[in-house]
Amino acid sequence: MHELSIAMGIVEAATEEAQRRGVHVSAVHLRLGALSGVVKDALLFSYEVACQDTPLEGSRLIVEDIPVSVFCPRCKKEQVLASVQSFACPECGVPTMDVRHGKELEVFALEVEDEEEEVRK
Amino acid sequence: MSEPRLVEVRRNVLKQNDVIARALREQFRAAGVFVVSLVSSPGSGKTTFLEKTLTLLQPEYRVAALVGDLATENDAVRLARSKAPVKQITTGTLCHLEAAMVQNALQEWKLQDLDFLFIENVGNLVCPSSYDLGENLRLVLMSVTEGEDKPLKYPTIFNSADVAVITKNELATAVEFDWDAARKSIESVRPGMQIFRLSAKTGEGMDRYLEFLAQRLAENRSVAQT
Repeated sequence: MHELSIAMGIVEAATEEAQRRGVHVSAVHLRLGALSGVVKDALLFSYEVACQDTPLEGSRLIVEDIPVSVFCPRCKKEQVLASVQSFACPECGVPTMDVRHGKELEVFALEVEDEEEEVRK
Repeated sequence: MSEPRLVEVRRNVLKQNDVIARALREQFRAAGVFVVSLVSSPGSGKTTFLEKTLTLLQPEYRVAALVGDLATENDAVRLARSKAPVKQITTGTLCHLEAAMVQNALQEWKLQDLDFLFIENVGNLVCPSSYDLGENLRLVLMSVTEGEDKPLKYPTIFNSADVAVITKNELATAVEFDWDAARKSIESVRPGMQIFRLSAKTGEGMDRYLEFLAQRLAENRSVAQT
């Protein structure tokens, strides 16, 4: 279970970006690849813990699941794998390790509000 | 009240680890040392396998090992019997090694005095997969007692590895290990991966694997020089 340290990394990255822009974060959008090695449910649970006593406390984590896609050398196009248990083209069956997507672990965007407005509320 | 708005940031969460891993990889290249990391589940025989590897490589090569362990120093003590320099990284409750831990542990070592450096990760087939340690080769180890479908249960780590070793072959008959089924599961999650079947205990099959390491070291050095 390494999701707590991943969650702390997300909070740290989002806090830095927010401070640089002088904004308050209400939600973090994360792109999570099926090959990232991170379990979504454990991450969502850890996120709440990681946010405690930080400027992100009370913010939401919105996870976009990214399936694994590979480039098929025979079909000459990117194909989404049906399962991570089978690295073969779902159309023609050729095995391939040319992974194009699915390793993402990326803070993609932040939902923010201006700090000043926050104070005035 | 201000309208919430969306700003794109695109930040890799593991960037800090990746930056350190890249620096390590460059350091290894400059020193001419070939670095192998080992991942496996607990109890698959990683320490026995590594002890044998260190012992058999030593007449010809200068070797050393870093060992990640949750709480004890037992593995480091066992590996020290090989007479190779061994250093323990106690991770406490952390379930994996990170690049910064490797960097810290290597501070007192002169890498240019080494041919091979082995990094034994914490026994875990989930968490270590996300962390690049700057290694040249990631070796995933499984034993014949674990079941042929282990790669299908842990596809991420098998997919992230460069080579697979199936050990404890001396027990294969007793546990009715199905070699073809195991090979098929590995091939399914990591097409084209080279597989070595061996027994670290009896030494059977170790020579082919050691030749492979020697070849990779030579290739790595010829690339580094050009």
